[in-house]
Amino acid sequence: MSYNTNEMMTVAAARRLKNGSVCFVGIGLPSKAANLARLTSSPDVVLIYESGPIGAKPTVLPLSIGDGELAETADTVVPTGEIFRYWLQGGRIDVGFLGAAQVDRFGNINTTVVGDYHHPKVRLPGAGGAPEIAGSAKSVLIILKQSHRSFVDKLDFITSVGHGEGGDSRQRLGLPGAGPVGIITDLCIMEPQAPSHEFVVTSIHPGVTREQIVAATGWPIRFAETVDTTPEPNDTELTALRDLEARTAAAHGQTPGDA
Amino acid sequence: MAEILSLHEAVKQFVNDGDTVALEGFTHLIPTAAGHEIIRQNRKDLTLVRMTPDLIYDQLIGAGCARRLVFSWGGNPGVGSLHRLRDAVEKQWPQAIEIEEHSHADLANAYVAGASGLPFAVLRAYAGSDLPKVNPLIKTVTCPFTGEVLAAVPSVRPDVTVIHAQKADRKGNVLLWGILGVQKEAALAAKRCIVTVEEIVDDLQAPMNSCVLPTWALSAVCLVPGGSHPSYAHGYTERDNVFYQAWDPIARDRATFTAWIDEYVRGTADFEQYQAKLASAAEAQ
Repeated sequence: MSYNTNEMMTVAAARRLKNGSVCFVGIGLPSKAANLARLTSSPDVVLIYESGPIGAKPTVLPLSIGDGELAETADTVVPTGEIFRYWLQGGRIDVGFLGAAQVDRFGNINTTVVGDYHHPKVRLPGAGGAPEIAGSAKSVLIILKQSHRSFVDKLDFITSVGHGEGGDSRQRLGLPGAGPVGIITDLCIMEPQAPSHEFVVTSIHPGVTREQIVAATGWPIRFAETVDTTPEPNDTELTALRDLEARTAAAHGQTPGDA
Repeated sequence: MAEILSLHEAVKQFVNDGDTVALEGFTHLIPTAAGHEIIRQNRKDLTLVRMTPDLIYDQLIGAGCARRLVFSWGGNPGVGSLHRLRDAVEKQWPQAIEIEEHSHADLANAYVAGASGLPFAVLRAYAGSDLPKVNPLIKTVTCPFTGEVLAAVPSVRPDVTVIHAQKADRKGNVLLWGILGVQKEAALAAKRCIVTVEEIVDDLQAPMNSCVLPTWALSAVCLVPGGSHPSYAHGYTERDNVFYQAWDPIARDRATFTAWIDEYVRGTADFEQYQAKLASAAEAQ
């Protein structure tokens, strides 16, 4: 089956979620990839949404973080305070799955503002749950489309910390989790390289060139010594993804691919 | 004991100019009808608190009711920006708005602390984030037992909290279920609390351990079916996704927004009239 770059990104991200892991899911791309994982390779992944559902198994993708579908399909629904206090801060989250408006070479995330905080060029929605997910989840995956505007040399604002200034930043900050272990884009997969923890390209999606990746990154992106080619999405993955998108579009009255 | 009042009367009695007001709802049970009534009664200089300000806060801000916004995520979920919030922050229209920005974990803990009668909340948060640089209220405290440095944030203690819920009984006891967000904590953190409900029944028939707010912890209960539109009340109404999308072009432009508020909110006597007007406009299309 032929596929597009967005589908490759979602499938590549879904493959990173191990079966049985407990995943704190952001809305949008993370939610799509996490549910694809649940519908394919990782049927026992536990999806937790910050609004309160634990073990959500939505048939269609939620438009908002508090859609009734999440509550109805969950093992239990707890108050939002409890999600952050007991389940996240309590150390029970294996993977925090986040999106971002901008990311830098150390996997730090900006979802607050472009330009000066007090005189912003673009005011973004803000932190939501991400700062503490980034701090306390045992590991973090980031999914976003790659461009010069989203992969920047220097963030205007660090909303949620990744590897900070690199090196042993996270230990010095006293953060319990390991931080971001992968950035999955529509072009490639990046992973942090010890000891600097700078993200380098470790796998390139089929048909994508190194030049494309360099052009779409705001810092001088480096490539790992061995760079893999990401396996193409197989028919099972693509069918599950397209069915999920079609169900979602039908339920929300949207064009497939919007969700 | 909560009084069973009309929403008009409840807002008149319990929401004052200059108050700190939390109209809470984590994409579910958002008290839109109460927000509209606050606009109709032209309340000014409010400090608005909410984890996830969305359409009703865009409307309150654009209508000139707010002086300050305390929040952790502001947007039109699944659609995009809040244009009235952005216009107030970026261009001071219709007036300047101060923003006090937190994370969800912070505000959720701050409501718990408020409901617990504590002055501040303690949590493991913000290390490595720039948020404390732009919000001086985010401080640190050292654990007296382990020496760990943790975040300390002031508790949220609104003058008045407003929430929507599914059911009340005739005494004013309230039952809610589904995505609870911080509804209970916000209600108990406030000096006064107004709850709008889908229906008033003889007996709540609340299962054991369910989320019940006792009448003696509330100020007023108002019957406003559909009062959380365009969000939803689990078991009663569906989320109106089309309205969230339709709001974007209305809010994008000052004139369009003002015309909408004048016609649909200021130009209607109550939420029932607003709903009727909305329905006839949808039919005309």
